[in-house]
Amino acid sequence: MAKRGMDAEARQGFTLIAPPFIYALAILAAPILTILSYSFLTDGYLEVVREFTLDNYRQVWTDPIVRTVMLRSLMVSALVTLVTVVLAFPVAYYVSFMVRPERKSMWLFLITIPFWTSYLIRVFLWKVILGYNGVINSSLTGLGIIDEPLTFILYNVNSIVLTLAHAYAPFAILPIFVALEKIDRSLLEAGRDLGENRLMTFWRVTLPLAMPGVIAAVLIVFIPTIGDYVTPELIGGGKIPMIANLIQVQMLALDNRPLGSALAVTAMLVVAVVSLLFLALNRRFLKVKQ
Amino acid sequence: MSAGRFQGGGLRAYTLFYLLFLYAPILLLPLFAFNSGTIIAFPLKGFTTDWFVQMWGNATLRRALTNSLTIAMSASVLATCFGIFAARASTRFEFPGKTGIMGFIMLPMVLPEIIVAMSLLVVLLGVGAELSILTVIIGHTLICMPYGIAILSTAFASLDRSLEEAAYDLGETKWSAFRLITLPLVMPGIISSLLISFTISLDEFIIAFFLAGNEPTLPTYIFSQLRFPKQIPMIMALGTVLVALSIILLAIGEYFRRRGIARIGGKDSGGFL
Repeated sequence: MAKRGMDAEARQGFTLIAPPFIYALAILAAPILTILSYSFLTDGYLEVVREFTLDNYRQVWTDPIVRTVMLRSLMVSALVTLVTVVLAFPVAYYVSFMVRPERKSMWLFLITIPFWTSYLIRVFLWKVILGYNGVINSSLTGLGIIDEPLTFILYNVNSIVLTLAHAYAPFAILPIFVALEKIDRSLLEAGRDLGENRLMTFWRVTLPLAMPGVIAAVLIVFIPTIGDYVTPELIGGGKIPMIANLIQVQMLALDNRPLGSALAVTAMLVVAVVSLLFLALNRRFLKVKQ
Repeated sequence: MSAGRFQGGGLRAYTLFYLLFLYAPILLLPLFAFNSGTIIAFPLKGFTTDWFVQMWGNATLRRALTNSLTIAMSASVLATCFGIFAARASTRFEFPGKTGIMGFIMLPMVLPEIIVAMSLLVVLLGVGAELSILTVIIGHTLICMPYGIAILSTAFASLDRSLEEAAYDLGETKWSAFRLITLPLVMPGIISSLLISFTISLDEFIIAFFLAGNEPTLPTYIFSQLRFPKQIPMIMALGTVLVALSIILLAIGEYFRRRGIARIGGKDSGGFL
């Protein structure tokens, strides 16, 4: 009886999950499998020739331009992740520990609003803020603090990192906030009672317990930023491409779909490997019982 | 205690500063939208509403707006419908492979959009489909779905199961119990999911850029105009309108989300994501 009940429940569950699951299979899995298979095919004139080859991967892995762009994308993403998570942690900590419970959701709402407003225009406005005659430079020259506009914030990797760190801020704050919320407050009191000072309690109790949130934040910022297309295009002026721009050029401008596919697959693989490595390095924190 | 208060003060100041950083671009937007100077830089010249007038008279922009609204409405309805199925399945039923299936459906939330857009484009071109706003709707439904599921799962999870069972005992069928009991209780979650999906779709650029063919949407129109310095003030005006619209939609969404939690008697644990 119990078994039959289970089966009926499982069947109902499957029936319900079927429509979204089939949709995701058709619109996400099938296309990804298609580019995976394209990446092993040969590029012909105006069409893809059905001939198995590893040349695309050979080209991707040996081309110095691809290597430069891939390394740059990884570095930018890593920097963005570091900056975003480090800057976000105190904010999450403040909202979780210092804000009165009934006002927490208002704070979270305030933090998420900028995230939902026109991404393109936000990115463009960073260009305006950081630009040669931008807000920062014109105010600093106007105040007489500097004579020449600052160039280190202009159309370069720094400005890309800053813009992306701004764009992905809520992605970092929310997971850390959730992890902090789960921490049993009596553990902190216990730490204090046992003679630890504030800093040590934070270091030995709060931070380890918050690590699952920090790890989630790292991944959730790192993975999408590496594929960002708009920011390098607008802020970098198209001169500092990241991997997404390279994929787009191969796929559309040069119409070499097998090579573009191999690039996309390689990028996904690199992201997956880096993410898994990161998870493996931090696995002791994920075992923490909450 | 005074040390604690001091520490709290420091953190508070930092958080407020951080909020200022988050809001900096949005605060600048209306300044430039109402500025009569044609160059987006300080000092500001004077007050004008010309850019809004210019925006109103722009035919391409109006076409982009119609397209964007059509796409956002269709995608949000579709994503929310799929979301209801998934949220109901994941919160109410146990079945083998559930974690994997749910994880896969939620994948577009973290997958770089360029991958989604490019792979879908390759398939669509491969089968000879014509790019139009329909293809954008297909893509947007996929990326809005996880957000809808996240919101709806909270709504469904805090649902008291005994209410439905009581309805069965009183002679309701599965479907009528769902319609009469469950649906009204999760309605705030549904509205919230519709609004969030609408906002995401309205603002989405990458998929629209690659899958819309020659049809403009608001973000792709904005992107095409950012190259022309002359058009920038008008784009700032458009941005101001869009930001205001997003904030209104989000505020309504947030209101319904909270009301939903209050209705079920749950504790508010956080924001949208």
